[in-house]
Amino acid sequence: MQHEAAIREPLILGHKTYHDITHDIVSPIENKAPRAWYVLLAIAALIAGYGVFCIMYLLSKGIGTWGLNKTVDWAWDITNFVWWVGIGHAGTLISAVLLLFRQKWRMAVNRSAEAMTIFAVIMAATFPLIHMGRLWLGYWVFPLPNQFGSLWVNFNSPLLWDVFAISTYFSVSLVFWYIGLIPDFATIRDRLTKPSWKKAYSILSFGWTGNAKAWTRFEEVSLVLAGCATPLVFSVHSVVSMDFATSIIPGWHTTIFPPYFVSGAVFSGFAMVLTLLLVMRKVMKLESYITIKHVEYMNIVIIVTGSIVGVAYITELFISWYGGVEYESYAFINRATGPYWWSYWAMMTCNVVSPQVFWFKKLRTNLVFTFFMSIVVNIGMWFERFVIIVTSLHRDYLPSSWSMFHPTWVDAGIFIGTIGIFFTLFLLFARYFPVLALNELKSILKSSGESYKNEQTHHPHH
Amino acid sequence: MANKVIYAVYDDPEVLKGAARKLVTAGYTVRDVFSPFPVHGLDPIIGIKRTRLGIAAFMFGITGTSLALLGMYYMMIYDWPMNIGGKPNDFFYQNIPAFIPVTFEFTILCACHGMAITYLIRNKTLPGMPARNPDPRSTDDKFIIELRTEDNHGRSAEDITGLLRGTPVFEINERQC
Repeated sequence: MQHEAAIREPLILGHKTYHDITHDIVSPIENKAPRAWYVLLAIAALIAGYGVFCIMYLLSKGIGTWGLNKTVDWAWDITNFVWWVGIGHAGTLISAVLLLFRQKWRMAVNRSAEAMTIFAVIMAATFPLIHMGRLWLGYWVFPLPNQFGSLWVNFNSPLLWDVFAISTYFSVSLVFWYIGLIPDFATIRDRLTKPSWKKAYSILSFGWTGNAKAWTRFEEVSLVLAGCATPLVFSVHSVVSMDFATSIIPGWHTTIFPPYFVSGAVFSGFAMVLTLLLVMRKVMKLESYITIKHVEYMNIVIIVTGSIVGVAYITELFISWYGGVEYESYAFINRATGPYWWSYWAMMTCNVVSPQVFWFKKLRTNLVFTFFMSIVVNIGMWFERFVIIVTSLHRDYLPSSWSMFHPTWVDAGIFIGTIGIFFTLFLLFARYFPVLALNELKSILKSSGESYKNEQTHHPHH
Repeated sequence: MANKVIYAVYDDPEVLKGAARKLVTAGYTVRDVFSPFPVHGLDPIIGIKRTRLGIAAFMFGITGTSLALLGMYYMMIYDWPMNIGGKPNDFFYQNIPAFIPVTFEFTILCACHGMAITYLIRNKTLPGMPARNPDPRSTDDKFIIELRTEDNHGRSAEDITGLLRGTPVFEINERQC
């Protein structure tokens, strides 16, 4: 058996047995949901419903109902798209990159982080689709044989790369998540007694048996999928950044974009994971599994990626001066002092200054403060995308076409609506799915569980 | 004599591994092991070969690479070449840099989905399949060794249970099969 240094803090607190883990995770599914769950679901579903209404309104009237104009032709829609894709990245980072690095603390957070990824990518994909205006022609983005004079999609365009990147990312994340869920659905299937529920989880578990060969294959699939998902997640946000970087708009046309977007994505994604998990661990009583140490690890990722983002902002600013291109310099002066100065400084404060407080151990282990900071980072990262998109577009080469962007109620409704849909999906997940990876947690119980670790310390030659 | 199947139930993966080693050393053949999570180091003891799923994934991956390059060559260079932004599509090699992202994504797409489908089929885990684990506790907290008399010629069920009783076994179940 693998032993772990005694100095490492335990990842599972208290005296848990394998059966306790099953019980703690499966009993919320068996029992009646608490009243708070129904209240939250009702609120989220109401907001989601309003979002769907706004989308239907947009589709029936056209994108003129948004605040876009000829100058600012990408605004909240693409801001929201990039924001949601970015949030998704943390799930893959936790489940794939941390798997490759053999970080055991991922096991308590990967399942819900991956769920978050999938729901966030669904929300992200909504925006380019509705931005097309004619949703029913959405399939034109795929290279399908057609009757328009063999008119193919343009494989030189980053927008098409994005179609491939996002659809690959979504489907691979879904498969990765579901393959991990199958053994846990089997655990639920074998535990439940109510026939209809047993039947439902029996279908979901695909008849998982848990024999030795199946587990060998399971581990191989997890490893290879993690190995594929790791470069994939980096490629996705790099491609998203190339939607901007390959254009000639001042403020967009920079080579720093891919790494800067990727670290920003991880930064915002971890913030969203914390927002969700800090509530979930409390409501579902998962304090023994998602410990303060887990929160601290995630806060450390936030401070690292936040600092990378900060360095990128400052580099961008420096190069705009050092490069000596007057359009480029103006784009950045305009960001900081122009009519959208407030969004630039909101971004700087939320993303660069505020995460630095996590250097203090007291603050990064304080749950209430971490929750507050996770919201701040989410807001900051939304502003980052707004700053990049709107302030770069609204004043470009031709002063006669300078303009401002004013969001309409449809812009706001769809954005808030996607948050509602996201939370509706997440609440349904938390109610009916195993929120922690049961099989993975059990495999580290004897090496990282609190009571077992203590036994090892007393009997080193156990 | 009717064939018998014996299930030895353990409550710890390390104890199970010890028992499996003892059985194999004594010349018995273990049919299978059921556990709630992967027991590392068990496969060589009970004689399970390394899975070839990784090779399958690689094959699916290069299939994806080839299909992507071939498709883009056909669409952009052969069927309908166009001058896009001053970047003419006359020759494949000139256009290769712009084809890298889609080639990469399609490689990953084919490798992952091909591997996942192969995995599900090989494990016989598909929607609607019945569960075949001998005991519902094997997905919770019990580790079960399955032995069959048909695999161990010349040895009776009593021989097997006798040996199992010498290990820290949780319980032993015997069934006709």
